Amino acid sequence: MSATDTTTTAEVGREAAPPRPLWHVILVRPETMTLVLLVLGVIVASQLSPYFLDVSYILRSFTLSAEFAIVALVLTMVIIAGEIDLSPAANMALSACLFAWAQASGVPIPIAVAIGLGAGLLMGALNAFMVIALQLPSIIVTIGTLTLYRGLAQVIAGDKSIRVPEWFIGIDRVLVFGLPVPVVIFIVTAIVLGFVLAGTIFGRQIYQIGTNEIAARHAGIRSRQIKLVLFLLIGAVAATAGMMTASRLGSVRYDLGLGGELQMVLMAMLGGTYIFGGRGTILGTFLAAWLLVVVSTGMTVANLLPAIQLTVLGVLLIVAIIATNFIYSRTQR
Amino acid sequence: MNGLRSILLRRETGIAVMIVLFTLAVTLYKPQFFTANNLRVILLLTPLVMIAAMGQMLVLVARHVDLSMGSMLGLSAMITGMMFRDMPEVPWGLGFVVAIGIGAFLGLINGALVTLFRLPAIIVTLGTLNLYRGLTFIVSNARQVDRQFIPSDLKAMSQSSPIFGIPWIIFMAFAVALLTYWFATHTRVGRQIFALGSNPVAAPLRGIKVTLVTLLVFTIAGALSGLAGIMYASRWGFVNPSNTGFGFEFQVIAAVVIGGVSINGGVGSVLGVMLGVLLMGCVAAALPLLGIPGTAQGAIYGAVILIALLIDRSVRQQGIASLKRVRA
Repeated sequence: MSATDTTTTAEVGREAAPPRPLWHVILVRPETMTLVLLVLGVIVASQLSPYFLDVSYILRSFTLSAEFAIVALVLTMVIIAGEIDLSPAANMALSACLFAWAQASGVPIPIAVAIGLGAGLLMGALNAFMVIALQLPSIIVTIGTLTLYRGLAQVIAGDKSIRVPEWFIGIDRVLVFGLPVPVVIFIVTAIVLGFVLAGTIFGRQIYQIGTNEIAARHAGIRSRQIKLVLFLLIGAVAATAGMMTASRLGSVRYDLGLGGELQMVLMAMLGGTYIFGGRGTILGTFLAAWLLVVVSTGMTVANLLPAIQLTVLGVLLIVAIIATNFIYSRTQR
Repeated sequence: MNGLRSILLRRETGIAVMIVLFTLAVTLYKPQFFTANNLRVILLLTPLVMIAAMGQMLVLVARHVDLSMGSMLGLSAMITGMMFRDMPEVPWGLGFVVAIGIGAFLGLINGALVTLFRLPAIIVTLGTLNLYRGLTFIVSNARQVDRQFIPSDLKAMSQSSPIFGIPWIIFMAFAVALLTYWFATHTRVGRQIFALGSNPVAAPLRGIKVTLVTLLVFTIAGALSGLAGIMYASRWGFVNPSNTGFGFEFQVIAAVVIGGVSINGGVGSVLGVMLGVLLMGCVAAALPLLGIPGTAQGAIYGAVILIALLIDRSVRQQGIASLKRVRA
C-alpha cells in the first residue's frame, strides 16, 4: 500500500517538476565551462606576459592551429552522429603531399589543387565505405586508415620536403578585415556549420542518429546517407586544411600535422561534445579552439618545453571527457 | 576427416599458409631471402612486437584497445635506462623489475580511467599516449641514454645465444607467449576475459568482476610494454625520448588483428597472434630485398590493419550464416 503510494507520488512529482530556471540551464551547459575556462586562461596568460593583451598576437598564434580547428568543427558533427574519425591529420598530410608532388612535377596549380581535394574526398569515401557499407567500428577503421594515409604520404614524399611555389606561401600572413585568412575561414566555417547543425533538419537529424540510430532509422532518417555526407565533408575539409598548412609552412613533409588527431579530438571534447554521440555544439568547439590556443600560447610564453605541452594536452583531454560526462550525467536526471 | 577439416578451417592455418606463400614468392624472386642469416634477421625483428602483442591481444579480447603501448614502452625504457646511467652499481637484472613495474603502473592508470569513469579506452589511451610521451621527455630532460650506459650483460641478451645462434630475447618472447597461452586458456581469470569480451552485458550476471578483470587486462598490457621497453634497450643499446617506441602501437595492433583477434572482443588465440607477428616480421625483412624503401612500412601496417578487419568481418558473417543454417 505504502509502496504503491510512494511510486505514484514519485511519478506525479516527476511530471510536475517545474522547468529549470534559465540561468540553471545556461550554467550547466558544457559550453559555459569552456567559456569560463577561456576567460580564466586569458587572465592567467596576460599575467604571464603583457603580449597577451595584444589581439594581433593571439590572432597570429591562432593561425598555428587554425587548420586543426577547422577540421575539429566537422569532427564535432561526426562525433555527434555517433562515429569518430582519427584519420584527418594523416589525410591532411597525404593530400598536401599529393598536391605538392603534383605541382612539383609540372601539373598546373588548379589541377594540383583538384588532385589534393579529390584525394581528401577519396580518403573520406574509403572511411565511409568501411564504416557504413561494411559496418565496421569507426574507431578501429580510422586507426587503420590513419596509419595507411600517413604511410602513403611517406611513400610519396620520402624523407624529403617538397617546396610549394613562392606565391602559394603565406596564407597566414594575408589579412582580410585585419584578420589572418585562416582565422576568417575558421570563423566562417563555424558560422555555416553552426547554422547547419542547429538550424536545419539535416543538423537535427545528426543529433537523432547519435542519440539512437535504430530509432532514428525507424523514424525515416537516412542515417547512412547522412554519415556518408559527414565522412566526405571531413575528408574534403581535411584536404583543404592540409593545403592551408602547406601554404603556411612553405613546404610539405610526410609528418605534416603529426599528432593532430589529439588536438582535434581535444577541441571537440573541451567544447563539450559527448563522446558517445548525440550531444555537442559547434559553439563549444569554437570556444574550445580559442581556449586551446590561449593555453598553448601561454605555455610557449612561459617557456615550457614542447614535451611538457604534450603532457598538458594529454591530461586536458582526459579531464575534458571526465568533466563533460559528469555534466551530462547530472543533467540527464 | 572432420579433424582435418576443422584444422584447415582454423584461422591460424590461414595465416600459416599466408606466411608460407609469402616466403615462397619472395624466395623465388630473391633466393637470398630464405637463408639462415636472413631467418635470424626475421626472428630478431619479432620479439618486442610479440611480447607487446600478447598484452594487446588480451585488451582486444576484453573489447578494449590500448593505443598508448609505444609511449609506455618509451617511458619505462627511459626510466630504466636512466637508472643504469645514474646508478651503475645497481645489478642489471633489477632493470627488468623496474621496467615491468613502471609499465604495470602506467597500464593500471589506463585501466582505472577506463573503468572508474566509464570512458572509451580509445580516447583515454589517445590521451595517455601523448601524456606518457611527454613525461618521457620531462624525466629525461629530452636527452638520450647512450650506448655506453646500458649494461653489456643486457645488450648481450640480444646477441649471445644458448642454442642454434638464436639470441636469448627470442626465447624470452616465446616464454611470454607460452605463459599467456596458459593464462588465457587454463586459468579462471583468463577465461573470464574471453567471457567479458564475448558479452559484456552477461558477464557481470555470471559473477565476473568486470572492473577487476578490466583493470588486470590493462595492467598486464602495461607490464608487457614495460618488458618490451627494457628489451628495446637490450636490442638497440640506447633509449631515445622521441624514437623509442614511437608508432610501436600500430605495428602491434596490425600484428594482432592479422593474427585473428577480433576487434569485437571475445575471439583470439596466442598461436594466431604469434603467427601474425611472424608474418609482419617476414614482410618487414622482405621489403629491403624487394627494393621497397623502408618508408613504405607505415603504409603496409595500415593496409594490413584494414585487410585484417575485412577478413574478420567475412569470418563473422560466415559464422552468422552457419548459425542460421543450423537453426533452419
